[in-house]
Amino acid sequence: MAENTVKIGKNLVDAEEYLAEGHNFCTGCAEALAIRLVCKAVGKNMIINMATGCDEVCTTPLPVTSWRVPWMHTLFENAAATMSGGEAGLKILMEKGKIPQRDIKCFAMGGDGATTDIGFQALSGALERGHDFVYVCWDNEAYMNTGIQRSSSTPYGSSTTTAPAGKVSIGQKTQKKNMVEIAAAHGIPYTATACPSYPFDLMNKVKKAADMKGPAYIHILAVCPTGWRTASNKSIEIGRLAVETGFFPLYEVEYGKYKMTVTPKKMKPVSEYLKPQGRFRHLTEEETEQIQMKVNANYARLQKMIECFPAA
Amino acid sequence: MSKRVALEASHAVAEAVKMSDVDVISAYPITPQTHIPERLAEMVANGELQANYIPVESEHSALSACLGSVAVGARSFTTTASQGLELMHEVVYCGASMRFPMVMVVCNRSLSAPISVWGDHSDVMSCRDTGWIQVFCENSQEAFDLTVWGYRVAEDLKVMIPVMVNLDGFTLSHVTEPMFLPEQSEVDKFLPVFNYPYALNPDKPMTHGGLGQPDIYTEAKVAQEIALRKSKSVIIQGWKEFGDIFGRHYSPVEQYRAEDAKTLLLTMGSYSETAKVMIDERRARGESVGLISLRLWRPFPYEEFRKAVSGAETLIVFDRSISFGMGGPVFSEAKSALYSEASRPKVVGIIGGLGGRDMAVKDFEYVLDRGKEIAEQGSDRMIEVVGVRGEMIKA
Ligand SMILES: Cc1ncc(C[n+]2csc(CCOP(=O)(O)OP(=O)(O)O)c2C)c(N)n1
Ligand code: SF4
Ligand SMILES: [Mg+2]
Repeated sequence: MAENTVKIGKNLVDAEEYLAEGHNFCTGCAEALAIRLVCKAVGKNMIINMATGCDEVCTTPLPVTSWRVPWMHTLFENAAATMSGGEAGLKILMEKGKIPQRDIKCFAMGGDGATTDIGFQALSGALERGHDFVYVCWDNEAYMNTGIQRSSSTPYGSSTTTAPAGKVSIGQKTQKKNMVEIAAAHGIPYTATACPSYPFDLMNKVKKAADMKGPAYIHILAVCPTGWRTASNKSIEIGRLAVETGFFPLYEVEYGKYKMTVTPKKMKPVSEYLKPQGRFRHLTEEETEQIQMKVNANYARLQKMIECFPAA
Repeated sequence: MSKRVALEASHAVAEAVKMSDVDVISAYPITPQTHIPERLAEMVANGELQANYIPVESEHSALSACLGSVAVGARSFTTTASQGLELMHEVVYCGASMRFPMVMVVCNRSLSAPISVWGDHSDVMSCRDTGWIQVFCENSQEAFDLTVWGYRVAEDLKVMIPVMVNLDGFTLSHVTEPMFLPEQSEVDKFLPVFNYPYALNPDKPMTHGGLGQPDIYTEAKVAQEIALRKSKSVIIQGWKEFGDIFGRHYSPVEQYRAEDAKTLLLTMGSYSETAKVMIDERRARGESVGLISLRLWRPFPYEEFRKAVSGAETLIVFDRSISFGMGGPVFSEAKSALYSEASRPKVVGIIGGLGGRDMAVKDFEYVLDRGKEIAEQGSDRMIEVVGVRGEMIKA
């Protein structure tokens, strides 16, 4: 438990800030908020390897840094591989008595591009090998750092700079890659989705993942006002709408057992989520309806999984 | 007391890794490097070596994992060849730029296409500018020695630059030769415990690998260049102390019957041993010929190289790769290193031994004779390649 805590409702939260003030994230960036929460959930005994992306670029303009925990970045597609080495190194150094025995949480982090596209292989390798680490993906649904290009995590119908909506194109023509299920399919102990609009749900999952022996994967939806063309004071609200419309369900998979961790009382229509976002502004009613059908189908499938493999 | 053993060069490397008390090994198999990771995996499985062996899913991840393991303070090793080195290329560059000390052994092999598993120096030449300290071996003994020495140099606080030990695929990696294995205590005397001062440690948070904007990138790169150039004194000191303890001596530019030679042949790697046989034969016939081999490729040993060739009339540089559109890369560097000298030999470049094409003693005879001929008469060919078939080389 952290030394300096504050009580928020019934939750005890670390009062320390591990992501320092003065970073360069855009106003209203939910990725920055998510990072802050993840670190608070774990506390000082962590080390991080981060992939290239907004997260890395916005926090470390040399010679200054926003990191109050040990942090490294090498390249774009190798965060999981690099942390494989970090974890393996710490483990053997402790085994050989070269450094004192200690519980250090190893984290690899990257955007959706770093995770679902270019770093997919390295991530799969690290999950399969069973390293004791947590991989966190900030999913802002495009390559934001390089100017809002599409990724395989960009949702259908969204307009990005490399899959722009145009006279003869809806924009993104493919369905969002289901990275959470792919991670879970590695048979790892813990996989979850999260969103900083639900900070305690997020932090609980991160804590659980960090305490679990073996690999864990957390997929965090991070509203990006710049890339999504949303108002910078609406990020929390839009994150909530993603969950309340069933567009991005919050759930976890623990040793193959499924659990919905936040269940919307009444499902809102997906149009409420799409409407405030410039990237979906071009969609017709018909197209929105198509997306609604897909969201329904995905949600129903998830509910079936929960029914079939319920957590105790 | 060291003991005399017969070891395949690949296994000699594995012994060196073991005796260097490496903590993390992360490697992906590729011919002709496979015997190294296989032997290491076996050592770990038998409990002969207490290390964490990470069976990564690619070479990109192999080296990436090493950057992570060095970052937490673990002595780390990887090994690759050819396509593997190409696949990890950006990590190679990044590792040196982040000043992560470690050793990588490259079993030099040609590059696709056409795919070829056999040896040449195309792979390492593509890494010339990556910022690693790069050395070449000629036999099993050197493969062992330079691996152990590599850690000593890389980890020196004045250096903190990774070391790439090159050994020729098959013609060295798979050759069993007699060599001396030292006592562990001798290795321990030479190689101190790795004590990485910048390890990721929650008690002392540090940031590695931030964003370098135009106001700082230049300084970072120049600092790196200066560090690599300055590493030469530690490199030489390391070899001196190595010689004191083990009785085997190394230098940046190795010379063989070269001191008074009018004609010098320059080689790198295991073919130097074949070339030496030719040199002996020619010397026996009274010809004034000698051999120099570049042991140290990066940092380029300007002084030692210039000195070694200063008395010669002709320098024939033998390259085992092509820099397309330009010719032999070693030739071009040798030539440029001498350009500013008031007196210098004529420099001739000949390429050979590509993709495992054998270079026998008679082929080195050709290199010498043809080299001298070009030095005297010039050449009407676009490129000089030993034994190449066809009319295509005519200018
Ligand atoms: C090998 C390589 N290819 C491309 C890039 C350029 N690049 C840097 S960050 C980035 C996109 C990052 O997207 P994502 O991972 O989704 O993170 P975000 O910036 O959106 O948070 C790209 C394409 C790179 N740095 N390295
Ligand atoms: S572009 Fe998006 S993800 Fe990147 S810093 Fe700005 S708001 Fe955050
Ligand atoms: Mg992204």
